[in-house]
Amino acid sequence: MPNDTTSPYATYVSRLEKGELAYQFSPAANRAVFFPRLICPYSGSDRLEWRVSKGRGTVYATTVVHPAEGAPFNVALIDCDEGFRLMSRVEEVAPMDVKIGMRVKFRVYRPGGEDDPVAVFTPESA
Amino acid sequence: MENLKRGAAAIVGVAESDLGQVADGMSPMDLCAQGIMRALADCGLTLKDVDGLFCAMTQQRMSIVSLIEYLGITPKFIGSSMTGGSSFEFHVAQAAAAIDAGLCNVAVIAYGSTQRSVGRKQSSAREVNPYETPFNPFLPTSAYALAASRHMHQFGTTREQLAEVAVAARKWAQLNPVAWEKKPLTVEDVLKSRMISYPFTVRDCCLVTDGGGAIIMTSAARAKSLKKPPTYVLGCGHGVTHMNISSMPDLTVTGAKAAGEAAYKMAKLGAKDIDVVELYDAFTINTILFLEDLGFCRKGEGGPFVSGGNIAPGGKLPVNTAGGGLSYCHPGMYGLLILIEGVRQLRGECGERQAKKHDTAMVHGNGGVLSAQASVILGTGATL
Repeated sequence: MPNDTTSPYATYVSRLEKGELAYQFSPAANRAVFFPRLICPYSGSDRLEWRVSKGRGTVYATTVVHPAEGAPFNVALIDCDEGFRLMSRVEEVAPMDVKIGMRVKFRVYRPGGEDDPVAVFTPESA
Repeated sequence: MENLKRGAAAIVGVAESDLGQVADGMSPMDLCAQGIMRALADCGLTLKDVDGLFCAMTQQRMSIVSLIEYLGITPKFIGSSMTGGSSFEFHVAQAAAAIDAGLCNVAVIAYGSTQRSVGRKQSSAREVNPYETPFNPFLPTSAYALAASRHMHQFGTTREQLAEVAVAARKWAQLNPVAWEKKPLTVEDVLKSRMISYPFTVRDCCLVTDGGGAIIMTSAARAKSLKKPPTYVLGCGHGVTHMNISSMPDLTVTGAKAAGEAAYKMAKLGAKDIDVVELYDAFTINTILFLEDLGFCRKGEGGPFVSGGNIAPGGKLPVNTAGGGLSYCHPGMYGLLILIEGVRQLRGECGERQAKKHDTAMVHGNGGVLSAQASVILGTGATL
């Protein structure tokens, strides 16, 4: 069997580079899968379809990290409407004002240099 | 654990290594060696009797091989499952199975860490996860803080209730001669301490100390002829739900539920039959989550349950009687030390902090970020 030509992570990042939040869908389990991988952890099936999220979600859990140096910042778990969860942060709002249940929307953050783009969120109402 | 026999194996020797801040140049293996020699002395066996060896460490990638080299022994059976802080509760089940199958007769489970001496960054390699690392969570603390945020949102648990866990642990530690932190601590002190990852201040977080120890296990038959009354392994169970916090199915329910259910089933006991509770309290939320998931109170009621001194000395349920990872000792992977304390409680060796009733103990280990849970139910001869 020839080697795979791409990896789940590379596919995810290439979509982010286009401004899309991609996730996988497992027909066998009839549900979303995240983080991207080669086997569906709910069914054992290796058939996973790539889909693009509408980029809307709800804050599931939140914390504010107080680093030894620099300003406190938010880290949150976001439940996307398609039924998958990811770690991210909510921007454009004070870190302590990020609340569980808050509706949020996706955007791409490009750190530049060698670093890959990542999915971040802002309040839906902003 | 299905097909593992209730009471077929026993813990016969236990000992801590040096704890807290150890001598300059002491290695994790030196601490294992201290623990092993002291635990063997505790039961009257020698290194020559040891034919089963288990360990897991953060500072040695092939720790079991290092330990064999150090001790110069050739054990017939070895194991080194690495599930973080719960590794040793997994090892107890594996050692019990190996002893019952005749693969070995005297098993040692050992641990050592010099994480305080060498610094946390030197003591465990940082792993990069492209789906989490870019957001800079302060791990493991932020993962547990996320779980706490969810518990607070869903059940109305308060920061004061989290602080009650730290205060109870400190009160137990004040009764333990070898505990690291003994200064009086109030709920207000916890809340006013330096914030680390909201809602946790530094006092919601475990200590960073050196330390280690060892336990010796053998068959129930052989255990009877040794120095001290045997502590029988009545039940074992585990539950692994995720590795990374973003993959934890429900942040308010841990694998302790499945672990506890399996252990209770094997032990033919329930939470109401447990006299002493030793939980892995890496953070204050742990104690609340595990008391709920192990059936000591209902889901969501952990906050009120830990309040008002209920789990402190003189309270209704003795929990973390050595002072816990929060105030006694936390050398990176703390799970072995709760087994040691559980055995000492059942033997009645705990002096000022001795629980009044002490025939059964629930020892519950936690590894990763609420990821790998393992329960061990211990009992005295009276429970067989």
